Amino acid sequence: MADKKAPLLTVEHLTMRFGGLLAVNDLSMTAYRGDITALIGPNGAGKTTVFNCLTGFYKPTEGRITMHRNDGEDFLLERMDDFRITKNARFARTFQNIRLFGGMTVLENLMIAQHNPLMRASKQTIGGIFGIASFKRAEKEAIERAEYWLEHINLTQRADDAAADLPYGDQRKLEIARAMCTGPELLCLDEPAAGLNPAESEELNKLLLFVRAECDTGILLIEHDMNVVMGISDHIIVLDYGVKIADGTAEEVRSDPKVIAAYLGVEDEEVDAVGHEIEETAAEVRQ
Amino acid sequence: MAEATQTGAAAGGGLDLSEIGKDLAITALLGAALFGSTIAFKTETATGGLSLVLRFESAFFVIAAVVVGRLILLLTVWRRPTGGDRTFVPQALQLRYADFLAKTGKAFVPIVLLFAVVFPFLPFTDRYLLDLGILILTYVMLGWGLNIVVGLAGLLDLGYVAFYAVGAYSYALLAQYFGLSFWICLPLAGILAAFWGIILGFPVLRLRGDYLAIVTLAFGEIIRIVLLNWYNFTGGPDGISGIPRPSFFGIPFKRGEGGFADFFGLDYSSIHRIIFLYFLILILALITNFVTIRLRRLPIGRAWEALREDEIACRSLGLNTTSIKLTAFATGAMFAGFAGSFFATRQGFISPESFTFIESALILAIVVLGGMGSQIGVVIASVAMIGGFEIFREAEQYRMLIFGLAMVMIMIWRPRGLIATREPSIFLKEKKAVSADMVAQGEGH
Repeated sequence: MADKKAPLLTVEHLTMRFGGLLAVNDLSMTAYRGDITALIGPNGAGKTTVFNCLTGFYKPTEGRITMHRNDGEDFLLERMDDFRITKNARFARTFQNIRLFGGMTVLENLMIAQHNPLMRASKQTIGGIFGIASFKRAEKEAIERAEYWLEHINLTQRADDAAADLPYGDQRKLEIARAMCTGPELLCLDEPAAGLNPAESEELNKLLLFVRAECDTGILLIEHDMNVVMGISDHIIVLDYGVKIADGTAEEVRSDPKVIAAYLGVEDEEVDAVGHEIEETAAEVRQ
Repeated sequence: MAEATQTGAAAGGGLDLSEIGKDLAITALLGAALFGSTIAFKTETATGGLSLVLRFESAFFVIAAVVVGRLILLLTVWRRPTGGDRTFVPQALQLRYADFLAKTGKAFVPIVLLFAVVFPFLPFTDRYLLDLGILILTYVMLGWGLNIVVGLAGLLDLGYVAFYAVGAYSYALLAQYFGLSFWICLPLAGILAAFWGIILGFPVLRLRGDYLAIVTLAFGEIIRIVLLNWYNFTGGPDGISGIPRPSFFGIPFKRGEGGFADFFGLDYSSIHRIIFLYFLILILALITNFVTIRLRRLPIGRAWEALREDEIACRSLGLNTTSIKLTAFATGAMFAGFAGSFFATRQGFISPESFTFIESALILAIVVLGGMGSQIGVVIASVAMIGGFEIFREAEQYRMLIFGLAMVMIMIWRPRGLIATREPSIFLKEKKAVSADMVAQGEGH
């Protein structure tokens, strides 16, 4: 594995405005290679907006997003089409509301994720129609890769069932496996633990730790489930009202008074004190 | 009345006589209140004012008809179990139907294929039936072509006939101006139609749903109107006549020396050419089918289906949805182009009148009726639609009415088309059909 602390994704001065609404204000952050980086914050803090900027679904108003690939090549994501971010910059994502291909089987879902290499192997379909050997080989490899992931999410038995038929927790895991099948160097998960029961979220933790350990893939996640965030994150970034208020390890963030005030909540008697603090923070931000 | 309907429906599977009696009594009462005043009493203009005519008899018959009608409904349609199944067909019959389909399904395709091959040589096959066979096969081919765009990629195309027109006019004009033969024009017509497919594809890339349908509809009309008005080039409403007939790979179908019959030592018969045309369209249709089945198992075909399921997810997985949509439009259009040039050579005369919206609607109806994305469904639907049209030719103006009614019935009965399952393109251990309820229908539905 490459140097543990080499940056994988650098975000500099990211700002996103929707008309008069400032959703993300001058956010700078770094995700390191081989780390699990968590982006947390209360509802409406701008987490998903950041995500959509990173993955090309929105074009940021200002700022620069750089992806440093393992082979040394850099990609400026804010200038790329969304599908090229996955295809060329190796930056895969999942969705808050699961977006599987419900009418297609579990295996087909994993095969579609390997569309680009398969397309090349089939010589842009022409060779595939005549069944050339290199395509058959590539297809076999793709199936093996899908099987590998099916084993790790315990869905081998259900490979030929429709994805919409799976229980919710399995759908979440399948979506992660599907994103991993694109061969990403950074995997972005938008609330992967939403709607999971404690046992399922425990399994999710294991899966994410496995991804980090085995696949040389960094993980960036947005999450509300503190079990997941505090349990597995190496690095936590806290957003509030579109502004970064804390950045550090789980311990550092947990003890940060700003974070406690903004996110984790405070005791009743502390409300006033915290209120002052928030005003000060807001004043700082305005300056 | 609404309350009465509810009690009627709640009666459920069992026959509850008192419930039905009560229901009918309410119906009769309501009927009496309504028709008693509107039918039983009638005013007529008489000399010096109005006179009242009493028609208790008519009112009685109307009320009786309503009560009997309701009784029939109560005993049949409304007796289905409450909740669950949405269709009117009893569960048992549905199961049997599925079972029957599964059993015959395996043998069905080879039998149909065999029948299609021997059809021209069967004793009862005459010129009329052969022509009908050619017509049905043309629609099968068009249906298969449109199935790529609508059934697989989920892009609702209401202007498909435009590509059919492009193919037909490509052949007619190339033959007229350059004297090219059918066999050279066939691929050219396909290429030109595919090219127009891409041209249509670009403006509609960003459109979804109804807007996509409207623009494709407009495109179909634009092509037709251009053909109609560009008099110097296309002949406008006069059309193009004298389009060369196809030859048997260079041997013309003519009487005497050097003709097809002479070459093979047969007696000359005009039916030879028809049989040849029949096999030509059969082969073209089978190529369409073969390529579609092949493409479905390739990454591009799977990407089409993924596009139908969820476009955003496709993009998040690094799929270039632009090129995927364009290839779907181009491939579908190419097959329409082939079918178009076949149409031109068969008819020997084409005019814009052959390419109206009703043709697009008919092809789309075939695809939807057959079950979106199902290949054999398209065949069944074409036979039913085109064959049905011929059977009801006597009924003339009622023909459309009958077909409209039949379509409505089928959409109630089998809302996802005749073949309502999706076959997976790849499997690990066991091929399991996916119920159409889970399959997304894509844009514009």
